[in-house]
Amino acid sequence: MDGLTGNMPLLVFMVIGTLAVASSILVVAMRNPVHSALFLLLTFLCVAVLFVIKAAEFVAAVQVLVYAGGIMVLFLFVVMLINYRHLPEERVMSPVWLGGILVGVSIFVLFATLVRTGAYHDEAPTPVKTLTTVRESYITEHPSDPSKLVRRTRDRENRNAEAVAMALYTDYLVPFEVASLFLLVAMVGAIVIGKRELSAEEEEATPNFILERAEEEKDVKEIMSA
Amino acid sequence: MPSTAAYLMLSGTLFAVGLVGVIVRRNMITVLMCIELMLNAVNINLIAFSYRLANLEGQVFTIFVICIAAGEAAVGLAIIIQLYRLRSTINVDEARTLHG
Repeated sequence: MDGLTGNMPLLVFMVIGTLAVASSILVVAMRNPVHSALFLLLTFLCVAVLFVIKAAEFVAAVQVLVYAGGIMVLFLFVVMLINYRHLPEERVMSPVWLGGILVGVSIFVLFATLVRTGAYHDEAPTPVKTLTTVRESYITEHPSDPSKLVRRTRDRENRNAEAVAMALYTDYLVPFEVASLFLLVAMVGAIVIGKRELSAEEEEATPNFILERAEEEKDVKEIMSA
Repeated sequence: MPSTAAYLMLSGTLFAVGLVGVIVRRNMITVLMCIELMLNAVNINLIAFSYRLANLEGQVFTIFVICIAAGEAAVGLAIIIQLYRLRSTINVDEARTLHG
């Protein structure tokens, strides 16, 4: 943020924050889920801009790639798989909508009270240098003896992604691996839950033990839906 | 530079909007979108405090939250598709086999 002077970040925050809140309200208010998904996309992009203001460039990039690129495409695929127009016309709102809005307003008032009484209004008291700077070591010639090499360290500015990577691959290596395992389990689970039943042609080409298992699953589903 | 309090207020607003959506909406896909909205509001908090405390851990945790959100969306959408195949509906009020 060094290039931006004066109140520029505050102005960007005002505009983008208003846009984020407005589009998040439209996510809830829109009747068509495709419109909801597109407004959710707008909200995610606005939040990515807010991350950049707070010196989190790498997280902003991840936000755009994973949320706006991955999760939103998944949502849109599902909205298009489910033939929404063939569903019976029904009320969008739940019968408890008044209570829901009441809960939302009270949660908001709670947050507002907590923030207002807290000590968060002043500007950041600490420098942000640790967020964007990495210390790297390099090898150079000895100043007096040219035949020797010495190891020095220096600070590199504007290296947010590198700093996050250093934290992720050293202090948080175990959580990182657990997260990758979690993603594998989620992927396998999504495939198992979402798979469809076989057609007649596929049944002929399928080994017997798989068919027996599919029959069992069909029985379970009939019992479930009965 | 916007203060931490401004970020906390924005994140509280987004969280409240997402909570209202989870309670009020009956379309299961929209409910899942509102859950994503709430997770994102938490991310804003983490980033704001990461900046305020000049500590990278907030950003690392945000990456983990994004990762969990991706897995949750994948499994949730698979459940929605399977419910649509079984019941031909994506209304949360009609999925009450477990009497929830």
